[in-house]
Amino acid sequence: MSLGPHLLLALMEGTVAAFVLALTALGLALVFGVMRIVNVAHGEFFMLGAVLAWAFAHLIGSPALGFLVAIIASPIIVGGAALAIDRMILRRFNYQPEATIVATIGLLYIIQQLVLVFYGPDARSVEAPINFRIQLPWFGYSGYKVVVAGIAALLLLATWYGIARTKLGLVMRATQFDSETAQAFGIPVDRVYAAVFAIGAMLAAIAGVLIVPIKQAYYLMGLDPLLLSFIVVIIGGLGSLRGAIIAAFVIGISDGVISVFFSPNLSKILATLLVALVLVFRPEGLFGGKAR
Amino acid sequence: MTRSKTPKSSSSKSLITRRAALQGLGAVAGGSAALGLAPGFVRYIQVSAAEPIKIGFQAHRTGIGAAYGRWYERTTNAAVKLINGAGGIAGRPIELIVEDDGTDPKRGAEVVEKFASQHKVDITFGTLFSHVVMGSAPRAGELKMPYFVVSEGHHVASGALNRYTFQPGITDVKAQVSSMAPWIAKNLGKKVTMIFPDYAFGYDHRDFFSAAIEKQGGQVLQLLPIPATETSYTKYFPQIPSDTEVLYHVMVGPGVLTFVKEMGEFYGSNRPQIFGFIDSLEAVDIASPGLEFLDGTYFWEAYPRYAQAKQSDADKAYRAAVGVDNSGASLEDPKDVATYSHMFGCWETLYIIKEAIEASGYQSPTAADKKKLIEATEAMKGWKEGNEHPQGDKTFVGQIHQCFGHQFISKVAGGKLEVAHKTEIADGTYEPETDYTKMAL
Repeated sequence: MSLGPHLLLALMEGTVAAFVLALTALGLALVFGVMRIVNVAHGEFFMLGAVLAWAFAHLIGSPALGFLVAIIASPIIVGGAALAIDRMILRRFNYQPEATIVATIGLLYIIQQLVLVFYGPDARSVEAPINFRIQLPWFGYSGYKVVVAGIAALLLLATWYGIARTKLGLVMRATQFDSETAQAFGIPVDRVYAAVFAIGAMLAAIAGVLIVPIKQAYYLMGLDPLLLSFIVVIIGGLGSLRGAIIAAFVIGISDGVISVFFSPNLSKILATLLVALVLVFRPEGLFGGKAR
Repeated sequence: MTRSKTPKSSSSKSLITRRAALQGLGAVAGGSAALGLAPGFVRYIQVSAAEPIKIGFQAHRTGIGAAYGRWYERTTNAAVKLINGAGGIAGRPIELIVEDDGTDPKRGAEVVEKFASQHKVDITFGTLFSHVVMGSAPRAGELKMPYFVVSEGHHVASGALNRYTFQPGITDVKAQVSSMAPWIAKNLGKKVTMIFPDYAFGYDHRDFFSAAIEKQGGQVLQLLPIPATETSYTKYFPQIPSDTEVLYHVMVGPGVLTFVKEMGEFYGSNRPQIFGFIDSLEAVDIASPGLEFLDGTYFWEAYPRYAQAKQSDADKAYRAAVGVDNSGASLEDPKDVATYSHMFGCWETLYIIKEAIEASGYQSPTAADKKKLIEATEAMKGWKEGNEHPQGDKTFVGQIHQCFGHQFISKVAGGKLEVAHKTEIADGTYEPETDYTKMAL
């Protein structure tokens, strides 16, 4: 294959990956930004979304209808679970950074093992809601992947709108800026925290639902998005939403291009190296503000 | 039990002091060692006829090998039931002890250890994934534990392992690929691009197939190793040279369906000849949406998944016993597709274990009895097709602890696999590369 189409395929693969990654990483960045906790179980919410999508597709039978139900119901169920986790675990630890890291590590294993017990160890496939192939002159491409990128873009826009233009977003930003002052002004910080944790989990769950017709639902699938999200969030600046999205595209597209032209291992090495460099030279991340 | 008390003893409030606990532990350890060494205590006890033969089954219940593990377990249970129903091994029933290794080499070695020290099994058996075999076999050798793997890897026959490790129930990759190469070169093409997993099992394919196709006057244009953790494959396909005549693929793990689907999206109907190892689609329905492009491509099978027109009685009996329908799926759930080209190895290996124990007069896991068992297994020459060996005739080379058998090449037609060619055993045999029988026991 000549250079042009080769590059085009690399960019397409990278862009689709970047959109899904942006969605997942945004959830992680949001939770860290507002609540100042590092949610190690974030990848498991992604996995739960995928597994629930399989369950709905399996129960309903029709791929298109199953997908529609899954993309609405899975995030709601995962969000509900996140609310319960916030209430029962995180709040009891007073959202202390160290305690919540340990707690979410525990959660990671609990969720994973529960899925292993009730769903089983198999990778199960979900049929894509729309099955078409885009034939370019040089190669074919999955139509569903393009749809995934589109839906993810819409969701990113909606999240941006929610944060920048709605009252909930204002309250969230106020809490992020200074939670004590926010509380003094009558903002129910506890409830904001719960909402943010649920929204973060829901974003990951939606990403899981979107990815499952491409990849299959599997109880260990949460690890990869967790690592990549951390890479993205560290590079973008802990808590910076804009940084997370830009970093997701840098990582996603460079991963696509480097792994097509060189090797997938090299792209992972470079991403990790970038994290190390950012931590050494700009610990607050490319777009993060100085810690107060 | 004593061990669980030790953490308490470090606390000053505990009734047991650290010293007392250590002394207790020492006494127990010393005592058991003394008992083990004491002449006449264990050695001359006659094993009563009803005492079971304990077989430890190292199963991939979780992790990337779970689909294989599930079917290995079903096949093993079915064979154990039949053997026990027919009087067991030398009149003793088999007691199967299953431990999950998580398809993880480190846990694999721990499982072998547990079988030896805790369950005190006679034989460990059933491991598939090559990296788990590589992780576990050295420990089995140190523990002098007879270890019967069902793995396909060339590691047994290559001499990399030890005298206690056998693979009598399934052929190895080297034999498989060298019997495929002549057919591929003659019928599909000579310019081959290979896609394979980037670890030991894939390297067996890379090395032996490259050599075998060159012998046929062909060449490998491009090697595409894929890392074990990969979940997305489209990015590899542009590296396939456009003058490729045959695309050779073999993939394992939870991502296999994604891999084949993305290959279809990439090529559509405008594809080169495709020859795959069925590993790329074990436990996956050939008629899955997105796999239509496979129609007209070929697969290696060790044992045809779809019941063929000339189905043997042995295959009928085997399918019924394990619970597999004529399409290679579970009788209970047609979506639960078997790993049909691998799991027969468990069945056949159990019958070989039975034969070896009965031929050797093995009684209990003592050094002398294990020696007899190992030597009796090495002395075997092969097996005839039948209910105990439904996959077909096999020969066995004791020096390399490895069997040889027939292979199948099947064509995908209408969402099913139809056998197009069956190889002779001689097509895959090679000169022994090692001699385990010369190693000390």
